[in-house]
Amino acid sequence: MEGKLRLDQRKIARAREAAAQIAWDVDAFISERTTVAVERTVLRLMGIDGVDADQVPLPNVVVDHVAESGELESGVARWVINGVIQLSKTPQEVAEMVAEGAIRLTELPQADFREIAIKGRELASRGLDRIRDNRSQRDQMIQRLGEGPRPYLYVIVATGDIYEDAVQGKSAARQGADIVAVIRSTGQSLIDYVPYGATREGYGGTYATQENFRIMRRALDEVGEEEGRYIRLCNYCSGLCMPEIAAMGGLERLDVMLNDALYGILFRDINMQRTLIDQAFSRMINAYAGIMINTGEDNYLTTADAVASAHTVLASQFINEQFALLAGLPPAQMGLGHAFEINPDLEDGLLLELAQAQMARQIFPDAPLKYMPPTKHMTGNIFKGHIQDAMFNLVSILTNQGVQLLGMMTEAMHTPHIHDRKLAIENAQYIFNNARHLGEEIMYRPGGRVERRAQEVLDQAVDMLEEVKRIGLFAALEQGMLADVKRGLESGKGLSGVVHKGETYYNPFEEELRERLQLPQREGAVHDSGLLAN
Amino acid sequence: MTVDYSRIKPYGDTMNDGAVQVSFSLPVPCGEEAREAARQLAALMGLEEPQVYHMADLGESFTYFIVYGKCRHTVDFSTIRVPKVDSAKMDFYQINQFIRERIGRKVVVIGACTGTDAHTVGIDAIMNMKGYNGEYGLERYPEIDAYNLGSQVLNEEMLAKALELNADALLVSQVVTQKGVHIANLTELVEMAEAEGIRDRLILVCGGPRINHEMALELGYDAGFGPGSLAPDVASFVVQELERRQKTR
Repeated sequence: MEGKLRLDQRKIARAREAAAQIAWDVDAFISERTTVAVERTVLRLMGIDGVDADQVPLPNVVVDHVAESGELESGVARWVINGVIQLSKTPQEVAEMVAEGAIRLTELPQADFREIAIKGRELASRGLDRIRDNRSQRDQMIQRLGEGPRPYLYVIVATGDIYEDAVQGKSAARQGADIVAVIRSTGQSLIDYVPYGATREGYGGTYATQENFRIMRRALDEVGEEEGRYIRLCNYCSGLCMPEIAAMGGLERLDVMLNDALYGILFRDINMQRTLIDQAFSRMINAYAGIMINTGEDNYLTTADAVASAHTVLASQFINEQFALLAGLPPAQMGLGHAFEINPDLEDGLLLELAQAQMARQIFPDAPLKYMPPTKHMTGNIFKGHIQDAMFNLVSILTNQGVQLLGMMTEAMHTPHIHDRKLAIENAQYIFNNARHLGEEIMYRPGGRVERRAQEVLDQAVDMLEEVKRIGLFAALEQGMLADVKRGLESGKGLSGVVHKGETYYNPFEEELRERLQLPQREGAVHDSGLLAN
Repeated sequence: MTVDYSRIKPYGDTMNDGAVQVSFSLPVPCGEEAREAARQLAALMGLEEPQVYHMADLGESFTYFIVYGKCRHTVDFSTIRVPKVDSAKMDFYQINQFIRERIGRKVVVIGACTGTDAHTVGIDAIMNMKGYNGEYGLERYPEIDAYNLGSQVLNEEMLAKALELNADALLVSQVVTQKGVHIANLTELVEMAEAEGIRDRLILVCGGPRINHEMALELGYDAGFGPGSLAPDVASFVVQELERRQKTR
């Protein structure tokens, strides 16, 4: 199909090839390493949950315990599974015994590895079956209840108290929201464990905990049944516990997860090795759970100028796409991000926004693009802000975006009040309905301002990606090529949680995920070894 | 028509008509009783002839209102005094020249978004090379050594950096203000600086959407900058305050 903008297909192909090479190189690095977060995720998928007497989550207790014995390089799974076999206990019971100090996992008698691998496959199947069942439950509910038209209306709740969030989320759903995201308490991305239980106190948001996920899920299912529309739940699969949160999301039927390959490195100063390893496993889980990921390219524009740095958004979208493909995540689940952040005082600024949004639409035709609202140039003049949000909504419906994070007129003032959300939803519904098929009626003038702008951004993105490919992603991050932030390979938070896999490394969940997602197994996988062949 | 500055009230289209618009939600189901509740509440706010022009059902037994009324209160404008940052505002070139001529060395400025706050948009607008809204950030100033420590910086970390770099000024940005977390955090920095005995050596400046100069002074800062402040506003204050202190030392 002829696109509305004439974009050079060869340049798009070059950009994709460069991004694929960038991701491949990193994947080779990832394949040799695991992290404490990946290992804790394995335990969560085995069903280990709860906290010890000091409120430390059991997955942390067990991983730390194995790490202290210097045995984490073989993965936590084999030690726990061996414990399950030797003691005839469940993984949860084994974890509790570790927490009580009753056993040392690495000092138990060792079962034959074949026995461990059989048990491992059984546990992995059981864990992933739960996620599969949630996925089919979602599909059935959407079938039965229906869903809102795209772009989905995405709103945020952020009270700090999960019970208050549930009320606000239900209210938003009744007003028309399709996706409700619970913003995390500020700082959670930098804590190396997932808090436990329902929480009623947070700052700028609410802690992501499995119980909080459950409470919100129940609330949105309830309101969805009453409104006759499936309401999606979104949270943040980022920070030091990226894969654990993916697992919790898969187990509690979240539908959307913020999940960017580079965001933590650039904007939270998390060590690059740590984030890249963590994102790979987290995305496999999200892929299998049928969760739509949202990437965070909007952040490139809050720290830099949206006109000058537009190509960094496109380049990052290409990189995120390739990392997602390596994790088995299909384009239909890739909510690649971008944002409406050009200074409203700029003459013809709207044309540049249109160019960017239409270009992204054509380059990633099957991705439900996640469009972020104006934030940087919101001023406290709520009346002007409401119009800025209206312009943003107009561009979205013209360019067929997938997910519309609704702009709030009170952006830059406070977390949304209940009626701020109402006004934002009214704004979007009015414009989306009133201009529903306008995009189909419009062609952009060949060689005109919009098309020229899109071509220019694409050219710059190709140059940037080919340069990153040439020097490698790690070096590019070290030189500050992305978002003007320089990050060291050995600096940033969470580096100590990166572990080189030993020869005996074993992760039955990754193997089972790769099997089910039809991804190639890692070298040395039991799945390929014939060990389990009967 | 003359305005009586000792008795000021809102203006819509006629002097002293008191015209005010308010909007709010009540935790009650939408209906005529809700409308009456909103009207009564507006009256208690001091609005005469309150009119509920718009009412909307928010679900979950919440209702939204847009109300107009005539404010009965007045304020005495003639006696109001507000503390302001009283340094003269200079531009990029004037500030650098001021430093060269009157300070005679580079000025060291450290900026950070402290505590658990992860929103760097404010500190970036002031510090980043590119600046904001056409004004360069402090990193671009040849006579300023600017260090942007980024977000989620602990107060002790910031003070350690101040000692290490022999900083002249610390700029603290606070965006997240839920449950007063910014007040506790800002106060802690001042207390820690005092405990370390370095408070007097530092120019302490805070900024953010809910910060103003008066509040900054109350918290023990030398200045506070609210929304819309740009790098030259902050730098003008810092260099003039630095010169003042050098003279009195």
